[in-house]
Amino acid sequence: MTVTFATRHFRAEREADWARLEELLGKLEAKSPRRLSDEDLVDLPRLYRATLSSLSIARATSLDASLVGYLEALSTRAYFALYSAREPWLRQVKAFFTTLWPRSVRAIAPELLLATALLILSAVASYHLVRTDPAWYSAMISPEMASGRDMNASAATLRESIYGEPNESGLEIFATFLFTHNSQVSIMAFALGFLFGIPTIILAVQNGALAGAMFAAFVPHGLGWGFFAWLMIHGTTEIGAIAIATAAGMHIGRAVAFPGERTRMAAAADAGTRGAIVMIGVILMLLIAGLLEGFARQLVTDDSARLAIGGTMLALWTLYFTFGGRRGAA
Amino acid sequence: MARRERKARKPRAPRTLDRQLVTPEGVPLNLRLGSAGARASAFLIDAIIMLAVLIGASLLILALVSGGPSGASSLYAVVWLLGFFLLRNFYFVLFEAGRRAATPGKRLMKLRVVSRSGARLTGAAVMARNLMREIEVFLPLFFLLFAFAEGMATAWTATLALGWALILLFLPVFNRDRLRAGDLIAGTWVVEREVRKLGEDLLIQTAHEKDMARIAPFTAAELDAYGAFELQRLEDVLRRNDRSDLFAVSTAIRRKLGRTDEGADLAFLEAYYAALRHHLERKLLFGQRKRDKYDQISANS
Repeated sequence: MTVTFATRHFRAEREADWARLEELLGKLEAKSPRRLSDEDLVDLPRLYRATLSSLSIARATSLDASLVGYLEALSTRAYFALYSAREPWLRQVKAFFTTLWPRSVRAIAPELLLATALLILSAVASYHLVRTDPAWYSAMISPEMASGRDMNASAATLRESIYGEPNESGLEIFATFLFTHNSQVSIMAFALGFLFGIPTIILAVQNGALAGAMFAAFVPHGLGWGFFAWLMIHGTTEIGAIAIATAAGMHIGRAVAFPGERTRMAAAADAGTRGAIVMIGVILMLLIAGLLEGFARQLVTDDSARLAIGGTMLALWTLYFTFGGRRGAA
Repeated sequence: MARRERKARKPRAPRTLDRQLVTPEGVPLNLRLGSAGARASAFLIDAIIMLAVLIGASLLILALVSGGPSGASSLYAVVWLLGFFLLRNFYFVLFEAGRRAATPGKRLMKLRVVSRSGARLTGAAVMARNLMREIEVFLPLFFLLFAFAEGMATAWTATLALGWALILLFLPVFNRDRLRAGDLIAGTWVVEREVRKLGEDLLIQTAHEKDMARIAPFTAAELDAYGAFELQRLEDVLRRNDRSDLFAVSTAIRRKLGRTDEGADLAFLEAYYAALRHHLERKLLFGQRKRDKYDQISANS
């Protein structure tokens, strides 16, 4: 009877530890780790290791399926509670701004250059197409989007559209709408990168063509410079954000299509998490762009002031993404 | 010249939903992936919650607008727009980035998100797996709604949108790890969250002493009749403690052992369980695991 005695002994000896671990895990899952006492925090890893070793022993010596199953579930629960503990929110936010965001943007620099080039080239191409044959205009911009600003519009209409007195009461709704709409579009551009980046590229070209065609409508009336200022006051931030979102999408597409030395899954996961960090930043940038577009543009109507604001923003972003998070780089 | 070495082919994942995770302490833990059905139910629950919140908040804002001063209506519009945006994009993110790594739907279905490598689940991974919902759920949904509303749902566009939605929707069923597009991108998967109670110790006899006295001790041949598999089925029966089951099982075991006594089913099964477990566990200590009654390894030793 010695062996029976030993297995029963095994359980009786350790049962209290298991119950205590279970109790601590319950506390940990319900509340913040800070609410646990010092004693609990010291006990937790010790109990986890004790339970893991109980599991190993039970697997090798016990035929009690319920006991092994219980230890298995308890160990797994403790493993995830201990090893996947999150950092506090505040530290995560700090890490995001000081290192993660600028580093991730730098990591997708090749795609970012490509995305910017795509946007500019498609704008230039669309501009020339519309200038040579105005019929192209309607192909680039839908009538609702143009809202009267087409090739046949008079100079006065166009002037009104970029310098006109804003309708004061709607500003905040307008700004919010722009922010949510633009964010949704850029999230879509990012997500579509999954399909080898091709839809993302199409979306970028479409956006570039839109801006180019608009220019073609304004330039003949001598309003090219004014339209540029009207666009760039928020555009440096907004187009920058769209270029970054496009780049993040292409980054995923590249990883899925050409994983290199890693497995396709590992490459995709790596690119995806990096892209997600970039996308949090893109949403923040679009929030700022929405504020500039909704408020600053309607309140500042002077060309050079608009350009100064846009230029300053561009300089700030460039500086931040180039030099941010360099210190302590791994 | 060093030839570029071929990437080592990883062994394919097994067809079942059982996966192993080796802890840094070197102990393998068995995980069970969430089944496609559980995942779908969890999503449905979350979708219903989101819809309910959206409708409830919209009605509340409408009531406030119609009741309050006229100047405040633009504020409510801003709140609604931002609220809709946050709900659509961050409902899943906020819950999965939390301590339980599960949305209310997943929690109800006893699921949680973990990283495939077993490492910490980062906020970025949660963000990545949920931004993908944009093309998995919202894009085909809005496309279809838009197409029907505009009356331009031609056979072609409808087929395309439906095909798109179906491919992404059923992606988890087409791979063994039940990964959807977002899981692929984020390096995560969804596992079952199991909380088990420790069962009673069956070695402690509960039957009446008078009954126990009637059970004759088991011979070595009788203890060699079964293996670990049968022992654990017997354990299930004892834990269920259903009278008719006890009768059926004890009759079957007695017939196999060639015993002719009757009655005292519980006492008989408990005694046999304890004796068999004692017997098999002692063999286990000597490195002989008798898996089931057909396993001959230890029978002839």
